[in-house]
Amino acid sequence: MVVAVILLLVAIGSVLFHIYSPWWWTPIATNWSYIDHTINITFWITGVVFFAVIAFMAYCVFRFHHKEGRQAHYNPENKKLEWWLSIGTAIGVAAMLAPGLFVWHQFVTVPADATEVEVMGQQWQWSFRLPGKDGRMGTTDVRNISPENPMGLNRDDPHGQDDVVIESGELHLPVGKPVKVLLRSVDVLHDFYVPEFRAKMDMVPGMVTYFWMTPIRTGTFDVLCAELCGAAHAQMRSKVIVEEDAEYHAWLEQQKTFAELSGRTAVTKATYRPGGK
Amino acid sequence: MVDVPYEATVDVPPAEVADVELYHPKSWWTQYVFSQDAKVIAIQYSLTATAIGLVALVLSWLMRLQLGFPGTFSFIDANQYLQFITMHGMIMVIYLLTALFLGGFGNYLIPLMVGARDMVFPYVNMLSYWVYLLAVIVLASAFFVPGGPTGAGWTLYPPQAILSGTPGQDWGIILMLSSLILFIIGFTMGGLNYVVTVLQARTRGMTLMRLPLTVWGIFTATVMALLAFPALFVASVMMLFDRVLGTSFFMPALVEMGQQMKYGGGSPILFQHLFWFFGHPEVYIVALPAFGIVSDLISTHARKNIFGYRMMVWAIVAIGALSFIVWAHHMYVSGMHPHFGFFFATTTLIIAIPTAIKVYNWVLTLWRGDIHLTVPMLFALGFIITFVNGGLTGLFLGNVVVDVPLSDTMFVVAHFHMVMGVAPIMVVLGAIYHWYPKVTGRMLNEALGKLHFWVTFLGAYLIFFPMHYLGLLGVPRRYHDIGEAAFLTPSVHTLNAFMSVVALIVGLAQILFLFNLVWSLFKGKASGGNPWRATTLEWQTPETPPGHGNWGKELPVVYRWAYDYSVPGAPEDFIPQNQPPARRTAQGAAT
Repeated sequence: MVVAVILLLVAIGSVLFHIYSPWWWTPIATNWSYIDHTINITFWITGVVFFAVIAFMAYCVFRFHHKEGRQAHYNPENKKLEWWLSIGTAIGVAAMLAPGLFVWHQFVTVPADATEVEVMGQQWQWSFRLPGKDGRMGTTDVRNISPENPMGLNRDDPHGQDDVVIESGELHLPVGKPVKVLLRSVDVLHDFYVPEFRAKMDMVPGMVTYFWMTPIRTGTFDVLCAELCGAAHAQMRSKVIVEEDAEYHAWLEQQKTFAELSGRTAVTKATYRPGGK
Repeated sequence: MVDVPYEATVDVPPAEVADVELYHPKSWWTQYVFSQDAKVIAIQYSLTATAIGLVALVLSWLMRLQLGFPGTFSFIDANQYLQFITMHGMIMVIYLLTALFLGGFGNYLIPLMVGARDMVFPYVNMLSYWVYLLAVIVLASAFFVPGGPTGAGWTLYPPQAILSGTPGQDWGIILMLSSLILFIIGFTMGGLNYVVTVLQARTRGMTLMRLPLTVWGIFTATVMALLAFPALFVASVMMLFDRVLGTSFFMPALVEMGQQMKYGGGSPILFQHLFWFFGHPEVYIVALPAFGIVSDLISTHARKNIFGYRMMVWAIVAIGALSFIVWAHHMYVSGMHPHFGFFFATTTLIIAIPTAIKVYNWVLTLWRGDIHLTVPMLFALGFIITFVNGGLTGLFLGNVVVDVPLSDTMFVVAHFHMVMGVAPIMVVLGAIYHWYPKVTGRMLNEALGKLHFWVTFLGAYLIFFPMHYLGLLGVPRRYHDIGEAAFLTPSVHTLNAFMSVVALIVGLAQILFLFNLVWSLFKGKASGGNPWRATTLEWQTPETPPGHGNWGKELPVVYRWAYDYSVPGAPEDFIPQNQPPARRTAQGAAT
């Protein structure tokens, strides 16, 4: 009796906790509300199954716990019941999988008009790069990385000269424009993670990964690293500022291009390096 | 052969393998230390696993202290926190759960349950334990070397696992990889034994479809482990080469702290594929023995045959097979080709169907049963709740697009602790309460057992159920200190502190359990040979605890399946597997 009540209370308590939990996802800031909907569908289906199974179990314990003279029913199997339960489960699974795959198809299909930005992770900071006036980003190689060229841009690539390079600063994005976020790492795995964006992806040295999104509201969002990257993993932070087009362009105007940055630092170096090259 | 598993037969085919001569111990050393008796080896495995498991328990306390009260404990810094989570995870998954289920329960129960005298290769079985012990010693030695154990996370993802930004780069990672290699060598020796014993050494009448589900679970898990561990073996050897010899299996060209490294051309994602090709089956290597054991606990203590035995067997086999084609659901956001997501999400969600069948059959076994709320039954009920909970959250993480926001958050931590931490541990504990009388001849104290159950079950649920919601909010995992972020409310810290306090209490309940284990060994009530009035062969041994060779002069003969509980018309509510049918009716059907 007591056991049955406690089991039932676990089921009821779990549902109440879910309803009244003060911990719930952050207000979404991108077009990926589909993901939230799919999570909600999943919560409904799994919640019903969870409550039904536990409540049934609690009832069994209440109704069939040992008493003097009780004998268990002898019932080896019931093919019909087992098949119906399997089919019902398959339908429930399909009801979660179908929307999931549908949304995943959208997630991996980048719209043609998405502009590219690049996020680069390294222990333990974020750098960003935006294409310049030519709309294209230049090539990079980890072998090009030096104190003067922290993002490893190719000096001979004309497309890279006007790229906007933001080393360990903050990223600004215009609201309402689809953006393909190219992800790169120079040392270990990182993961560009903004809870409000829902989308995230690992950054892997030696390759370029990506995801896409359309920011739907302005604001300042915390960037965290979601893939363990060593001792200061928890401190690897930055911010993304989503703003209106005009503000975004005003900010963009103030940023330094690769040519400006490398020209200036090269001169400084030449002045101070004894002997020079 | 028997067409319908639950019908007893008089005609028993002759044994496939004749009775064997065993190597009998000649001294104290060969009886208790270098023993070839599977039961002694089982106890050695279990004690070693428990000892290293206690280390992992203490590590979890330290982690929870840090998470609940960040900055309060000066002896825990970021590096140590990462070392704690890494060692905690690896110990719990491999050195505790895998070793305990297969090396511990497998060794003890397989020969007894199939009616064999011992494992078929007793000497190799003994070696298996000693190599396992060596693996544990190598692993634990990492606490005492310069730099300490590795802090790469239990997944050991390169490149960070072998670079200097991660603690334990000097020796910790080398010892970890070496220990894993040793563990796999040791496991392979034991695993081959378990498989061959089940296939070749079953006694007369013990057909495959009469095996208790415990044996089915352990057997299938062992086959899987023999196929899955080689992937980890290869990955460990390659990473060891990358670390020690400077090869580049998993290392692309990279710049570490501004220094160009000599690596180039390797693939970090290749390691992840190898790791999870092992790692996902590993989840079921732990789960399937738990499924099998809990089926037998429920059936015995509800005095009712397991419902849908044949479906249960096929579900175990189907889960075992499917679990080899779902591994990349751990890698949805790894940067692998996004189209993999369609395939792996589909296979992953399909695996929910056989798994759900098992759950239905457990609760349907309770239906119209005669449920004795013994301590093993309580743990079985606790298992069902935690497993259903953890299994259902698996449907979130397996569904690729839902996984994207949740991956690498506390939701994942909550999910896998519930489903492959708490749930299997519930079964381990229930199984110990169940079989302790066979191992020692004494019952564990029941009052302490019930207290242990309620604190452990309710406590673990209170820790891990709310933890999912931190993950929904966006709290990432593997952070020693969540610090400041706009989306973090003060209530997050309150919840963290709450979970930490409960974790300490749950941990203390395990100390109480250890006390019960020792106390009952001397003061426990004498149990007799079959205290639970169970049908399976291990309860029918001539001696308790069973002697070397298990069966005295003659091997038992099996006439019926393992679940003849409450058979209508039978004088008692159970009929042992080795009891011949009483009579034959005119139609030839036997009872």
